[in-house]
Amino acid sequence: MRQHRFALCGEHFLEWFIAQTERVIEKYHMFAPQDRLLVAVSGGKDSLALWDVLLRLGYEVEGLYIDLGIGDEAYSKQSRKRVEQFAAAAGDTPYRVLDVKATYGKSVPELALEKRGRKVCSLCGLVKRHVMNRLAYEGEYVAVATGHNLDDEAAVLFQNTLHWHTGYLARQAPVLPSTFPGLARKVKPFFRFYERDTAAYALLRGIDYIYEECPYSKGATTIFYKELLNQLEARSRGAKQQFYLSFLQAREEQGLFGEEPQGLELSECENCGQPTTAPGLCAFCRLWEDR
Amino acid sequence: MKLVYRDKEWDLKGGMTARAAIKKVDLDPEALLVVRNGQLVTDDTILAEEDEVKLIAVISGG
Repeated sequence: MRQHRFALCGEHFLEWFIAQTERVIEKYHMFAPQDRLLVAVSGGKDSLALWDVLLRLGYEVEGLYIDLGIGDEAYSKQSRKRVEQFAAAAGDTPYRVLDVKATYGKSVPELALEKRGRKVCSLCGLVKRHVMNRLAYEGEYVAVATGHNLDDEAAVLFQNTLHWHTGYLARQAPVLPSTFPGLARKVKPFFRFYERDTAAYALLRGIDYIYEECPYSKGATTIFYKELLNQLEARSRGAKQQFYLSFLQAREEQGLFGEEPQGLELSECENCGQPTTAPGLCAFCRLWEDR
Repeated sequence: MKLVYRDKEWDLKGGMTARAAIKKVDLDPEALLVVRNGQLVTDDTILAEEDEVKLIAVISGG
């Protein structure tokens, strides 16, 4: 771990990784030991590693896999298999699957075909956010935990900074509180780990995660930004960490952006009742209304 | 040593660090983990002639 200027053997790395996660959960007041959590799992290294760590720390946690029907379903099926295998190996730990096509009538790629001009990745994000929020609310979980790591957060910060999306910059955070009835609290316990650390944890733990990338992520801007930030990291050790953590600190101490996270005006969607910034139907319900 | 990344394979001389080997084949050491003879190692590990090295991509997302 060049950014921390130390290296550990496998056994001590696993201990350090779990202890660091626990420290972050406490330091950022993400959730308490008795809280029920929903962990969003994709079958990839980050989310399965997070599920593993939360279980080892003794949290009451349930997995949620959203089957998006990607890659002629092959990619989604392979990802789902990894989730099922993990749950079985963890002593049949509970999880649930939401199949988008079975539930709503179309897979995400089919929906993108229907909505010409809408990118699969944008629809995928919208569908996942809606489903996670709905199930977290209905299941009365205290929070939804996601496996976002520091590289994910730094890439998003980079993107938002390039475009000066001040609204997004005001809200990007490791903890997104519930600021409206029906809006789930979201937490990112891995936000201080580099992506290579979460991958190392999964490998050392023997977690069988999906190595292949989503077929729609080829050439994705986020990946390009991650590569750019890695070039910076190669020149200046710890640069990614400093970029993101200094942003959080500057925003908190210097009030960089006027809009507070609570500043968004939300109302209830007329159809599903979930919080939305738009009047009438939320963006998710609008996807299905004119079919 | 044999260096493998996805469907690519290279034969390199031993005696260099994993980081140097990765750079030699024009890949980014920051974006890869190194598994030598089935064991995860740090990228400052010196690789031997007989080593089999697999590189694992760590970047994900989109």
